[in-house]
Amino acid sequence: MIDKKTIEHIAKLARLEITDLEATEYSQQLGKALTHFEQISKINTDGVEPLLTPAEIEPFWREDEPKQEFTPEEMTRNAPSRAGNLFKVPPVV
Amino acid sequence: MSYRGYEAVIGIEIHVQLNTQSKMFCSDSTQFNAGDNENTSPVSVGMPGTLPVVNKKAIEFAIKTGLALGCQIRKKSVFARKNYFYPDLPKGYQISQYDQPLCEHGTITFKVGDQQKTVSITRAHLEEDAGKSNHQGDFTMINYNRAGIPLLEIVTGPDMRTPQEAAEYGRTIRQIVRYLGVCDGNLEEGSMRCDCNVSVRKAGSEKLGTRTELKNINSFRFVEKAIEYEIERQIDMVERGEKVLQETRLWDPDKNKTFTMRSKEEAQDYRYFPDPDLLPLIVTEELIQRMKADLPELPIARKNRFVAEHGLPEYDAGVLTAESDLAQFYEETAKVSGNFKGASNWIMTELLRELNNNNLEINDSPITPKNLGLLIGMIDKGTISGKIAKAVFLDMWKDKKSPEEIIKEKGLVQISDPSTVEKIIDEVLTANAQQVEDHKTGKKKNLFGFFVGAVMKASKGQANPEVVNQILQKKLNG
Amino acid sequence: MNLTRATITEIVEAVKAKSVSAKEVTAHFLKRAEELNPKLNAFTSFNVNAVSQAEEIDARIARGEDPGPMAGVPFGIKEMLCTKGLVTNAGSKILQNFIPPYDATVVARLKKAGVVITGKLNQDEFAMGSSNETSYFGGVKNPWNLDCVPGGSSGGSAAAQAARLCAGTIGTDTGGSIRQPASFCGIVGVKPTYGRVSRYGIVAYASSLDQAGPMVSTVKDAALTLEVISGHDEKDSTTSQRKVPRWSQELSSNIKGMKIGLIKEYMQGGLHADVQKTVDNAVDALKKMGAEIVEVSIPMTEYAVPVYYLVAASEASSNLARYDGVKYGYRAEFQNLSAVELEDFYGKTRGQGFGKEVKRRIMLGTYCLSSGYYDAYYNKAGQVRRMIMNQYLEAFKNCDIILSPVTTSPAFKIGERVSDPLTMYLNDIFTTSTNLAGLPGMSVPFGMSSEGLPIGIQLTATHFEEQDMLNVGFALEDASPVKGKVPHVI
Repeated sequence: MIDKKTIEHIAKLARLEITDLEATEYSQQLGKALTHFEQISKINTDGVEPLLTPAEIEPFWREDEPKQEFTPEEMTRNAPSRAGNLFKVPPVV
Repeated sequence: MSYRGYEAVIGIEIHVQLNTQSKMFCSDSTQFNAGDNENTSPVSVGMPGTLPVVNKKAIEFAIKTGLALGCQIRKKSVFARKNYFYPDLPKGYQISQYDQPLCEHGTITFKVGDQQKTVSITRAHLEEDAGKSNHQGDFTMINYNRAGIPLLEIVTGPDMRTPQEAAEYGRTIRQIVRYLGVCDGNLEEGSMRCDCNVSVRKAGSEKLGTRTELKNINSFRFVEKAIEYEIERQIDMVERGEKVLQETRLWDPDKNKTFTMRSKEEAQDYRYFPDPDLLPLIVTEELIQRMKADLPELPIARKNRFVAEHGLPEYDAGVLTAESDLAQFYEETAKVSGNFKGASNWIMTELLRELNNNNLEINDSPITPKNLGLLIGMIDKGTISGKIAKAVFLDMWKDKKSPEEIIKEKGLVQISDPSTVEKIIDEVLTANAQQVEDHKTGKKKNLFGFFVGAVMKASKGQANPEVVNQILQKKLNG
Repeated sequence: MNLTRATITEIVEAVKAKSVSAKEVTAHFLKRAEELNPKLNAFTSFNVNAVSQAEEIDARIARGEDPGPMAGVPFGIKEMLCTKGLVTNAGSKILQNFIPPYDATVVARLKKAGVVITGKLNQDEFAMGSSNETSYFGGVKNPWNLDCVPGGSSGGSAAAQAARLCAGTIGTDTGGSIRQPASFCGIVGVKPTYGRVSRYGIVAYASSLDQAGPMVSTVKDAALTLEVISGHDEKDSTTSQRKVPRWSQELSSNIKGMKIGLIKEYMQGGLHADVQKTVDNAVDALKKMGAEIVEVSIPMTEYAVPVYYLVAASEASSNLARYDGVKYGYRAEFQNLSAVELEDFYGKTRGQGFGKEVKRRIMLGTYCLSSGYYDAYYNKAGQVRRMIMNQYLEAFKNCDIILSPVTTSPAFKIGERVSDPLTMYLNDIFTTSTNLAGLPGMSVPFGMSSEGLPIGIQLTATHFEEQDMLNVGFALEDASPVKGKVPHVI
């Protein structure tokens, strides 16, 4: 179990509006899952570097060359709301 | 420095916009003043499935700056995601460096008045800029042209104690990044952004007071004023027994005071973790050495050299090294003229005056260092007099011609040949027989100056004054 | 020519020889798909320009130009992959009407090779699911038994391929999402080595685990498709710069002397009898072909599922932050936008736009990364992940290929397992470690349950050794007791 207060805090951090019912459900389900997952805590991992990219891959850096492949219209066309080629959102103070 | 028995503790974070052609993680142009969302692509707008790819130039610029700040360059640094929601942040996270920054453990020494000041550079790390929000009526409009532009965030330790030190630190950083050519250092356009953390504590106390963060101050003069105000404000609060709130404050240059932007109600939880879309940034020793070899002489070293080796006064050396291009101009002028002091004087007085009057940068000067050097050389060789040189200088400014050309065209070469000078003198003396008589009889005193003037006038200023003097002495007083 | 049952190689040969036109092939598969899709719900949308795009290929052939190694082959593409001009929704309401102005690199490479995209394929929402039941656009049905799930998350791809609604499909695999549905639907599915195939333009679920791969009818088709989509991409810094081998040309069923490893820890029972039988049969078949069977040990395999879910959920919580109603996709309805608080704007948009399972994983991941828990969960999982990978690399010193089941049982009934997330998660026991270690893996059909549901065999190789894996798959395919079997919809 993860207490509901924590669930609500996490939901806020993740910007997910959840109902009270969902909060209860998540507190049970996530609690159960995490309890199971916590079995890894018993493994001794001293000095082990976490694995981030699981295959040996050579570094690759781009040359500094500007490209323009898209129009501002293409970039804003999918927006739920726009003004000209700008994205429109609620007032941010 | 003590303020009413208190000490100020100041640390600074400067965001330096690296002037690459394309963004940090994609190929969008970084050009200033593009149309709305014109410098965007699926990557910078955070469209699904798009991925960051590191800009090599940004890495090189960051390493160079790190080296110039005396930093150690990490062979392996890590890009992390800083997660938070804001409309100007297209991916819901900013790619930055967290616990393993590219540059760390540097120091920088500069002068504040007569005092040397050393400030520690805790770290300098790469990150991407966010987009821009514009408030229009009832809504906010988002433009992602700036999103993804490479920034180097340079963070100091809490090492500064006065507003002057803070401002001078900022100026020094600006001078360095401009020297390196990695940033234009323009605070007003936002290519350099300065955030100051300020707190006060009782003098002698070890414990840090609660700090406020002063954000987005757009000149170093204002940095000084804002910190000054903030120190007094905080001391007043402490004196009154009030608690200083940890908050972000802005500077109002019209009212000359700082005001609350937002208070940090709860500590943000950014959930940093290594960005799995980017491999760790591996920098080879070879690259570091190449960047080191590529470093220009930095302003402080250059200034010291101008004093020690060129014999320039410290003030002059400081002015000449303020900008790399100016220092370069001076060095070229001095090389051509073979006269350090002369080159310095001409640049400091004549050239900088004209540039200022015409609102020009040194690189726009119509007079090249070569031509200025030649002009100074001609004075030193006695080809022209200092006075004529000033006139020639103005013609060079106007016509962009070499001094030889102007002197030739206008026949301004100095006449030093004694027989030619004597001929002019003789003519002058003949024409002024009465005055010669008066001089010789002593009827009138001090007519010598009158004759020098008359001869110079007759020669259109071209006669070598020394030769004129010698011959006149002989003829009148001999 | 029986187009429905033709392999990709056969179609390409026929199109190039002009014995059939690309247009006819495309029209044939489109017609099948449109007819059968109402039963299966495998396609989410069709490409209205597919036929004219096929005509362009015919025109290229007519002009004597090289039409590419996959000329005229109709493909369905999982919703996870961005397709320029075609809705790409990742099975989610939050991307409902998103039309990307760009192609995923995989899609661009397929098109360049002459493939015709006929439509988009259903999937679990953001690839989070093992039964295709989390799709906002409805579940997909298994063509072998319409009451059963096709597996997930690439359930649409598996079902469409099994029912031959297209000649080939692309899926993505984060914890088994290609191999498990391939096994459930009796097709060949390959998850390449991490870094082999560009992730550019593939909606990200868990960046360090995601790989796209072919889900097709034969091993040779898989090899050919993989060849086309593999290789370094300057838009994805996690792609390898290694040269891509000519897998399809090097394909050989001669596996004599190859060492096939069986993981000791996997042989502790608990398998569905038909799955066990299929594994045993495969081992016998390989022995007969001269392979040597060895036992290997991956002691930490039991931790694969916890590590997988901790890593995947953490990365997902960040990857899915971009769906915020600002730039594209779903935005909650607001009466008066100018009076909306930003937090509400995000909370409602995301709360309504994401489905249950996705929200569950975002919550889990946010929790794991949050202050105070990072070390115990995300960091710890990363460390265990390295230990698991190292154990695999150790095992591969003693064998060329590891053989295992794909799942504990054949396809299950729709609705049977949705109630308990943890039980559903634990089903991924055999597939997740491959992703954690970045290894290539594949599923080849080799058995049939007593209820007539297909069962696949999983093969895993070490990094970048897809050839060995494909060869063993090729050999198994040839010896398969279910060779040539197709669902009755065909």
